[in-house]
Amino acid sequence: MMNIFGFRLSASSAIDMDKVDRTLFDKLCAEEPDARRCMSCGSCSATCPAGEFTGMSVRKVLHNLQRGKEREALKMVSSCMLCGKCNMVCPRGINTRHLILSVCRIYKTEESR
Amino acid sequence: MRDLYPSGFDSFILPFMIGMTFVLCWCGIGAVRVIAELDREDRKKFFLSFLNPKILGKNIRDWFCDCLFHVKLWKRNKLLGYMHSSIAFGWFMIIVIGHIEVFIYTPERIHRMWYPIFFRYFVAVTESTMKGSFFFFLMDFFLLMILSGIILAMVKRVRSRLFGMRRTTRASLTDLIGLYALWSIFPLRLLAEGFTADISGGSFLTKSLNMVLHSFMSDSMNALPVWWAYSIALGVFMCILPFSRYMHIPAEILLIPLRNAGIKLKHEDKGVARAELYSCPSCGVCIDTCPLSAVPANSRDATVYLNRQLKRHNEKRIDQISEKCMLCGKCSVVCPVGVEGDKIRIAHRSRKKYSIAHDYSLIDEGKFIGNMTEKRRVLYFMGCMTALTPAIRKAVTAIMDKAGEDYTIMDGDGGICCGRPMLVAGRKDAAMEMIEKNTKIIKSSGASVLLVNCPICYKIFKENYSLEGIEILHHTEFIDRLVSEGRIAIDRSETKYVYHDPCELGRGCGIYDQPRNVVAAAGTLVEADVNGKESICCGGSIGSLSLGFDKRKALTENALKHLTCGSPDAIVTACPLCKTTFNRYSDRPVADIAEVTAERLI
Ligand code: SF4
Ligand code: SF4
Ligand code: SF4
Ligand code: SF4
Ligand code: SF4
Repeated sequence: MMNIFGFRLSASSAIDMDKVDRTLFDKLCAEEPDARRCMSCGSCSATCPAGEFTGMSVRKVLHNLQRGKEREALKMVSSCMLCGKCNMVCPRGINTRHLILSVCRIYKTEESR
Repeated sequence: MRDLYPSGFDSFILPFMIGMTFVLCWCGIGAVRVIAELDREDRKKFFLSFLNPKILGKNIRDWFCDCLFHVKLWKRNKLLGYMHSSIAFGWFMIIVIGHIEVFIYTPERIHRMWYPIFFRYFVAVTESTMKGSFFFFLMDFFLLMILSGIILAMVKRVRSRLFGMRRTTRASLTDLIGLYALWSIFPLRLLAEGFTADISGGSFLTKSLNMVLHSFMSDSMNALPVWWAYSIALGVFMCILPFSRYMHIPAEILLIPLRNAGIKLKHEDKGVARAELYSCPSCGVCIDTCPLSAVPANSRDATVYLNRQLKRHNEKRIDQISEKCMLCGKCSVVCPVGVEGDKIRIAHRSRKKYSIAHDYSLIDEGKFIGNMTEKRRVLYFMGCMTALTPAIRKAVTAIMDKAGEDYTIMDGDGGICCGRPMLVAGRKDAAMEMIEKNTKIIKSSGASVLLVNCPICYKIFKENYSLEGIEILHHTEFIDRLVSEGRIAIDRSETKYVYHDPCELGRGCGIYDQPRNVVAAAGTLVEADVNGKESICCGGSIGSLSLGFDKRKALTENALKHLTCGSPDAIVTACPLCKTTFNRYSDRPVADIAEVTAERLI
């Protein structure tokens, strides 16, 4: 709408961490201490076969969950095929498959809540 | 023989009768319960199987070979086999001959259940009986056989290594009560019959004991307390039986026809699984055999302990044990009674609830179908793990090029997983959706051969896909065929290779010979100290959900130690995952069978 001058204002993508409900993420980290060890290298994103269709990436899932952007994260997670490639390439040795299964167990989608 | 007591009864038989009645009721109810837990179709199949002479014959053979002769244990260790079969078969024969004796000598008493058991107390020998002294001899002979088995059992409790076992199970309290009751039954029987042998007759064992006893105890009234003790030992054993490992005796009788009828395990502790749980005598064979046990703390996760926790309904431990297992299937192969440890674990996993369901609507199989415009004979599915080991892909395609094969690659630039990792994680619905998508791609390609080099994929294609008219080949079979048809030739070298059987290819699909043919064509084949059906999982298995990267190192090193005991120059495997896993810690080169072949093509 503000495209008149050749640029536009988009909504801020800044996240107010004080307003993010971290209960579920803390629960996830308690069950999966690995979740805090990710160094965001992106190796998992590069290998994921689901990634090219749905943008799935363990790295992004962790980021989004941490920042309260659950909807995005869960949409990605639901497309994981559990193939284990990310598991094999992760330089931090994170057990990504178990992590993903735990996310599927602990979190709930908006509709099913 | 003539009856000593007109009533044919003495109150000492009561403990035995109580135990016997209890155990018969318990097992009857248990059997009905197991059968009721089967679904309709399976139940029908089970009952119909008894009308099939072939299955019936197999049942009878298995009842004898497994329950009485313990053939599988003999193969494992002679001493262990003798110990079990001497007790089982000896006891069985004593019961059978006991009945024959009653039938011949006092047929009017045959409906008294205790008569064959305590026969020697109730009768006196007469002139005519001694013609049947053959039976007396047999009774003593089998009693001696049982006693020798029990002595071995006692030795085994102290020195299990003599029986080829490093680790045995820790017995629970009920197991111990059962054990001591069992140990005392037969010496007491010997003593009791020894006391009465001068009246009832006996043979080399009981008669001689009788003489010894009478040399210092002349009062035959001494006999009664011993008969009481014998009866009590029997009663205690039978009352504790349902709560101890000895439940395996009746349970296996039910499990054998269930298995022969072809009924599959569908639930972790109902139906077939319940029959399997109770058939487990806690022999502990699955502890040493499990690749996880390379780390001693993991031996708590062996199938025998899973069975125990399932009986106790300890959900937390069941869950831990189920998630940790690598599903290599070795415990199921070696288990003497046929407990399917891997399947029980998958059944448990599939009961878990996930609030986030899968959604593959965006994963578009149309993209792959569009890529394959021309029809080729062979469709090559690399699978995810091969995407991470491009050298294998290069080797497989080089071999096909050399053979002049007409092929196309299905997932050269990304693909859809075969679905097996999801399937064994217990999420069957999600796996089925992947199967559906891949099936569409494969069918639309028009190929007549589906070639895979990942045993994990191979297994699910074989078992869960319906691809009529398309031949599914693992690359070991494919290469072996190319060589024997003369379409490729391998230049033999002096290199010493050891071949590692990947779990999913060997135990999983029964392919052992083709890869060995190929390796032997490329160099000298040496064998690992454990191979084939008992090959040790590389430790990288996708079967385990909870085993972290750092927990796998010891497992891989243990597998490597066994593989390299023939000091080979290189390790050959036929699975991309095994290759990657071994490569991490191996001190010598690890290669896929396709790489070895491609290197030496002429
Ligand atoms: S396991 Fe899931 S997230 Fe990891 S690479 Fe496979 S599809 Fe992607
Ligand atoms: S590969 Fe491992 S460390 Fe790297 S981003 Fe993915 S999860 Fe994190
Ligand atoms: S599961 Fe099989 S191998 Fe293991 S203890 Fe039981 S009977 Fe023995
Ligand atoms: S399937 Fe393999 S890893 Fe699992 S318990 Fe059996 S032997 Fe151990
Ligand atoms: S089984 Fe393994 S290697 Fe084969 S496609 Fe599935 S994830 Fe990939």
